[in-house]
This record gives sequence, C-alpha cells and structure tokens, in this order.
Amino acid sequence: MRLGLVIDLDVCVGCHACAIACKEWNASGTTAPLTDYQPYGAQPSGVWFNRIRSYEVGDYPNNKTINFPMSCMHCEDADCVTVCPTGASYKRAEDGIVLVDQTKCMGCNYCSWACPYGARELDRESGTMKKCTLCVDRIYDTFMPVEERQPACVLTCPAHARMFGDMDDANSAVSVVIRERGGYQLMPELGYNPTNHYLPVRKAVPIATENLGKQGFKDRLKGIVNKVVKR
Amino acid sequence: MHPAFSVIFFTVSSGAGFGLFALLVLADLLGLGGGLSTEQKLTAGSLALFLVAAGLSSSVFHLANPKNAWRAFSRYKTSWLSREGVFAVVFFPFAMAYLGLTWLDMAQLKWLEVTVGVLAAVLAWITIFSTGMIYGCLKTIRQWNSPLVPANYLALGHFTGALLLLLVASRGAVDLNGYVTLTAGLLVAAAALKAIYYFWISTPGATSTIKTATGFTRGTVRLLDTGHTHGTFLTEEFGFKIARQYAIVLKVFVFVAGFVVPAVLLLTGKADGAALYAAVMLAVLGIVAERWLFFAEARHVVNLYHGAQHT
Repeated sequence: MRLGLVIDLDVCVGCHACAIACKEWNASGTTAPLTDYQPYGAQPSGVWFNRIRSYEVGDYPNNKTINFPMSCMHCEDADCVTVCPTGASYKRAEDGIVLVDQTKCMGCNYCSWACPYGARELDRESGTMKKCTLCVDRIYDTFMPVEERQPACVLTCPAHARMFGDMDDANSAVSVVIRERGGYQLMPELGYNPTNHYLPVRKAVPIATENLGKQGFKDRLKGIVNKVVKR
Repeated sequence: MHPAFSVIFFTVSSGAGFGLFALLVLADLLGLGGGLSTEQKLTAGSLALFLVAAGLSSSVFHLANPKNAWRAFSRYKTSWLSREGVFAVVFFPFAMAYLGLTWLDMAQLKWLEVTVGVLAAVLAWITIFSTGMIYGCLKTIRQWNSPLVPANYLALGHFTGALLLLLVASRGAVDLNGYVTLTAGLLVAAAALKAIYYFWISTPGATSTIKTATGFTRGTVRLLDTGHTHGTFLTEEFGFKIARQYAIVLKVFVFVAGFVVPAVLLLTGKADGAALYAAVMLAVLGIVAERWLFFAEARHVVNLYHGAQHT
C-alpha cells in the first residue's frame, strides 16, 4: 500500500481551507502542538504542514493564476529518512507514510535540507522537526465513520480538489484519475519519486470575445428582449 | 542557506584538527626535518584533539533538541552525519593511544605506536570526508552536490593543519624546510580546488527550475503569493541570499587572506615567529570567510517555490 494525495490544480481555488483544517486537526494530533510565534503580533509565523502558494503561468493575455497547495509528498525514495542521523525520521513499510518520531528527533534540521519540497518545519518550542502525517491518527481510526477516515485537508476542501487513496492499487480512484488526467510528480529529475501527484489544468477552449460573426435571429431577439426587460 | 556560526566554527576547527593529526602522524613516520621532539609531537597532538573536541561540542549547539544528540550515532548505515559522528568518536581512542605511546617512547612498543597512529590518521581522513559528504550528498543544493565539496574539505583541513604543524615545528630544533614545502604544496592544492569549485558553481547548468518544481513547463512561471504574511522556517533556513558583488569581494578576501598572503609570508619570512603567526591567523580568517560563503552561496531548491527562477 502506498497512501498519498492527488491535488487537482484545475479546481483548486486557493482558499487555504486545507491548511486551516490541517492546522486544526494536527494542533491536537500525534505531533501536536504546531507552535505559533506571535500569532497576533506584527510578525506572525509558525509551524504548518500544508502551505498554499499562487503562481501566474504564461504571459498576458494568455496567462492564468494557479493555486498550488503543498505538503509532504511521502516520497518513495525519501532522502529525509536516509540522511536522518538519529532514526527519528522513518517511512512506514505498510503504507509508505513518512513520519518523525518526536521522542527521537534532535532538531539538527538535516532532513529539511534534504527535502526539496519544503515539507519539514522545525518547531522552535519543542526543538523537533514536524511534518504532514497524512493524518495517520484519522485514517485508521475505527471509531470514526468510514467516510471520515481521510486526511483533514481532503475532507474539508470545498472544491474537491484533493483526493486521498492508494497509489499501488491500479484501480483506486486516485490511480484512475492520475492515469486519465495525466497526473504528474514535482521535480521528478531529483529522483525522490514522490507519492503525491498533481493534476494539470484542463485544456479549455477560451470563450471568444471578438469577431463573433453575424448574429442569428435568436441572438437578435435576445438582444431586443434584454433591452426591454428591466432587471 | 543560513550560515550558522556554530557549524562554521565546527567545520573549520575540526577540519584543522583532523588535518593536523593526520599530518603529525605522517611527519613522525617519515621523520620530516629530522623528526619532531616528543614535546612537539605531544603539543601538536593535543592541539589537534582540542580543535576536534571544540568543533564537535560546538556542533551540538546547532541542535534544537540536544538531549537526543546521543542518538545521532545510530544511523551510520545511511546517514553521513551519523557516520561523521561515529568516525570522529572512534578516532579519539586511537589518537589518544598514539599520543600516550609517544609520551612513553618505548622502543619495544614502537610498532603499536605506528599502527594506532596510522589508524588514527586514516580515521581522520574518513571523518573529514564524511563532513564533506554531509553537504555533498544533498541533491537539493546544486552548489553542494559535487565531489569537489569533500575534496575541498580535505584540502582545506590539511592546509590549515599543515600551518599549525609548521607553527609547532618552528618552536624547536627541527629543520623547517620540509614543513614549509609540505604547507606550500597543500596551500596550492587547496587554492586550486577552491578556484575550480568557484568556477564550477558559477553557472547553473542543467538543474531544477521553477518550471520543473511546479510542473508548468510550457510557459513562464511567476510567483504571485507565497501564502504567508511573515517569514516561515523555510525562509529563515533557506531564504538567505548574498548579493553578487559582496560574494565577489569575499572570494577575493578568501584568496588573499587564505592563500596569497600566507604563501608570501611562508616563502619570504623564513617561517620565523611573527610572520608564521600572521600567516596562521590570516589563513584561519580566510578559511572562516570561505566556510561562511560555502553556506551563503548554497541555494536550496525550495527557493523555487518562493519565486526563484533557478538555483
């Protein structure tokens, strides 16, 4: 089993709800707390497992804003685990989730240097490294309804831009959507083989705004009606 | 990368210590300059052990949770950081046994002294190599992911070690010509390797860009919003950036203070007291600047997500 996320960049609206839900759940989860520094001060900062950045792709007028949520990719070849000198960082054999044992971490930051995706953040209060757990304390919780045994970010996403599942199962919903929509990995050239995949923006035919041609009878009638009717 | 003082001190100090010890064993084996006196060998050896110990304890200050530092010896099978710690600790008993046998100076134990000395020297070399590989193995930082990095660490550790050995040798009755030649040779090797390194990192080559980082490979990609109002751990740790003109000034300083002036002092000053002390001080300052630049110029790929077009 290889559990991970698929993020649909076509529908992500950049609302940061996934990051908020993540913070809410994990602030009391297995690696809690996620310390905030000056949360109401002039320079608010703190530990987050999930961050959303926005990019502009292409040049005007063929440009587009793409919102880009990032958390731990739970890489197959996770260098953060191999470089860890204490054995605090580990990858679970049964489901591929990469975790940090908070009781073993010495806070040397070396794993964060090895991570290309910025998934690891040091908590200054505890002095330990913290990262996305894929809500390991939710997804196996048999006291929860089956449909809620998913990471908090996936459950909360109002645009359904996030999917959770097993990448090893060729017929799982995530595997199918990766296959059909051309899901891709970030920075594949580094060879980390991240489990999380991103679905590219769909190719949409742009709505024409000029040279629309001669209007037919229906459109002319609509135009007259639109002028007459007051809304 | 953020240049942390504790790590700069650690790498410079322990590198010089390991280099000094390895060269001390070699000089002793070869009887360089007629052979060092027992007092000189003990002085040089103790200085080396002090530098290594000071460096190692300084590296602990870099940790956010030092109470778990003892666990760092456990993952030597995969982690260069762990290997460095293990080899550094294994080095100590051999080095101390060598110094102890040197102090006893018994003819029938000479074979043991040579054996533990050579083992200590080999461990010193492996440890410096491991220090370099801590940085060299990271695929995320192209300025570090090069065989030149461990080569630089080895060369600079031996160059500073040779200067210190020359300093110890000068306070006695040995012929200094061999020690000056050794130091000058290592100086040239270290300076050449550093120059090649600076040339190598000056062009990006085929590395990750903001396009491969985001997967939007078909058009220009610009950052609109980082998603945070103030800095984060990532901007603190990886966001540090040095302006090109300051980097050039510092590189000139590295070469002038670290290599050129010490070379002139070595070759003209007849390696007498004041000139030699000046050469050591300047070289150490130059190497500290070199180490600061090593961190300051390293650009982590996570900066691509914060808007950098390439590293």
